[in-house]
Amino acid sequence: MFWNEKIETLKGQELRDLQLKRLKWTIHQTQNIPFYKRMFKEAGLHPDDIKTLEDIRKIPFTNKSDLRDGYPFGFLAVPMNKVNRIHTTSGTTGKPTVVAYTKGDLETWSELLARNFTMAGLKAGDIFQNAANYALFTGGLGIHMGAEKIGAAVVPSGTGNTKRQIEMIEDFKVTALHCTPSYAMHLTEVAEEMNADLSSLKVGCFGAEAWSENTRKDLENRLSVEAFDSYGMSELFGPGVAFECGEHDGLHIWHDSYLVEIIDPETGEVLEPGNHGELVVTPLVKEAMPLLRYRTRDITMLMEDDCPCGRGPKLARFFGRSDDMLTVRGINVFPSQVEHVLRSIPEVGDQFMVYIDRGESHLDEFTIQVEMNKTFFSGELSDFVKLQQKIVKTLQDTITVRARVELVEPGSLPRFEGKAKRVIDRRVI
Amino acid sequence: MNEEYIIKQLSIFSENKAGKLAAIAKIFLDTGVSIQAFNIAEANNFGVIRVIVDKPEVAFEAFAKQNYALKYTDVLAIKMQDVPGGLFEAAKLIGELNINIEYAYAFRSGEYGALIVRVANPGEAAKALKKAGIELIPAANYHF
Ligand SMILES: [Zn+2]
Repeated sequence: MFWNEKIETLKGQELRDLQLKRLKWTIHQTQNIPFYKRMFKEAGLHPDDIKTLEDIRKIPFTNKSDLRDGYPFGFLAVPMNKVNRIHTTSGTTGKPTVVAYTKGDLETWSELLARNFTMAGLKAGDIFQNAANYALFTGGLGIHMGAEKIGAAVVPSGTGNTKRQIEMIEDFKVTALHCTPSYAMHLTEVAEEMNADLSSLKVGCFGAEAWSENTRKDLENRLSVEAFDSYGMSELFGPGVAFECGEHDGLHIWHDSYLVEIIDPETGEVLEPGNHGELVVTPLVKEAMPLLRYRTRDITMLMEDDCPCGRGPKLARFFGRSDDMLTVRGINVFPSQVEHVLRSIPEVGDQFMVYIDRGESHLDEFTIQVEMNKTFFSGELSDFVKLQQKIVKTLQDTITVRARVELVEPGSLPRFEGKAKRVIDRRVI
Repeated sequence: MNEEYIIKQLSIFSENKAGKLAAIAKIFLDTGVSIQAFNIAEANNFGVIRVIVDKPEVAFEAFAKQNYALKYTDVLAIKMQDVPGGLFEAAKLIGELNINIEYAYAFRSGEYGALIVRVANPGEAAKALKKAGIELIPAANYHF
C-alpha cells in the first residue's frame, strides 16, 4: 500500500533532478542563517557552486554541537512569525537543542509519517495508541499528526500508567501501538501478568532506540504484532525519517526529502553503498531549520539491493549511535549487540543492564546484570552457575566481549518508559 | 511410595545484597509462617535460600506474589544421633547405599539433630534408607 506511490517509487534521473532542485532551494534557504553564511564564506563557496548532487561534498559537515552553539534560535531561516511550533531534542547526549517548524514543515512532516504508516498497512479504521511522551519529544505530537493524517483513530495515551495503557488496548480494541521498544517489552511483561487479551493489536511501530532482531521475535510472539522499526531524529523533523516496509529488511528513507550520505566517522570520507558508517543527511524540504550535511552520529549502511516493494534504497537497521559505541579493552561494541546476544538465550529474562568500570588493574571491566527468566529456575544453585557460564561464553564467542555476568532477581532491574538507558559507563578517564 | 517422608523444601532465588535476608524474613513473618530449617547456598552474587516451613503453600504463594523465583524441592530428613559422630554414621550409611547427595545441611530440632538431604530420587532413597535401618523424620513433623 502506498500513500503517494509516484513520489515513493521515484528513481533514477527523475529522482536526481528533484533532489538537485530541492538541494539548491535548501542551500538558498540556509543563507538566511549566519552560521551557514559564514561557513560558505570561510570555505570560499558560493551557493551557485553547487551544480550537481556530487558537489555537495564541497560543503563542510554540520555537527550537533553547532546546533547547540546556536541555542536557542541561531539556526532559524525564517522570522518568528513563520514559526508554528517549537520542540527541543531529548538531550540524551548533552544539553537540549531547539528545533522549529513552519506550518509547511508540519504539513510535510505529517505527509512523511503518513507514507510510513500506510507502508505498515495502516489506514482509516485503525485505532492507533501513541504511548510516547507528548511533551517536547517529537515522537509524541509528531507520530500523532501522522496517524491522524491517514485517518486513524488516535489515542494519545502518552507514557506511564502501564496498566491503564493495557486496559485501553483491551477495551478500545486498539490495532496499532507506537512506543519505544523498551517500553513495549515492559508493557508486554505487565500485560502477561494481568492476563490481558491484546489480540486486537496487529501493528507495532517501535522507534527512538536501536533494537535487535531477537527483540523483534519476542515482541511479535508475545504481543502478536507485526513489528516495524522506525527511525527519526528531531533535527530532521523527528520520527518518520526512515521506516520499515513489510519486507522487514532495512528501513526506507524518503529520498525525495532526505539526501543520504554514509561517511567514515573518523576521516569524513564518503563511503559506497554496502559499507557501514555514519549517516549524514541533508534534508531537502525543511523551511524553518534547513541543515546541510548533518552528522547524525548513527551507524548504518545504504543497502545495495532493490526492495521488492518498489521503493528506493534502504538503510540497514541501526546498531546505535556512534556516541553509544563502547570501546572496552580496544573492542568496539554497541549495546544493541549485547542485547541481541542476551535475547538469544531463553533462560535470560527481558531486562538487562551493562556497566563499564575501570578496574583496579586499570583494565576496563564489563559487568552485565541480567534478570533470569523465572520459568527456568529449577530450584538448584547449579542452574545459575550454568546459566552464568553460558552467558559469558556466548558473549565471548559472538562479540568477543569478556564480561562478568551477574544474575539478579526477576523484576529488580529498572524499567524504561521512554528511551532506555541500559548502559552506564562508570569509567573515570 | 514413602511419601510421608518427602519434605517440601522451598528453594528461593535471592541476590546477595544487604537487607535481602531481612526482606525475606519479613515475608515469613507477615504470613505467619514458621521456619523449621534454613540454609543459604551461594555462588558469586547470588544464592538459593533453602527453607523448610510449617506451611509451604502459604509461603510459596506469598513469595510468588512478590515476583520471587522459587520452586518446591523434595528433600529427606535423616535423624542423627545427637552424639559426636552422628553425622559420620549417617553419611557412612548413605555412602554404602550408593546414594548420591546433591547437597545436605544439618540442623537441630528438639533433642535430636537432623540432616536434610537432597537426592536424585527421594522416594527410592527413602525406601533404601529405611531398609538399611536409618531413621527418617516424617514430613508431618515439619509441615502442619
Ligand atoms: Zn520495501
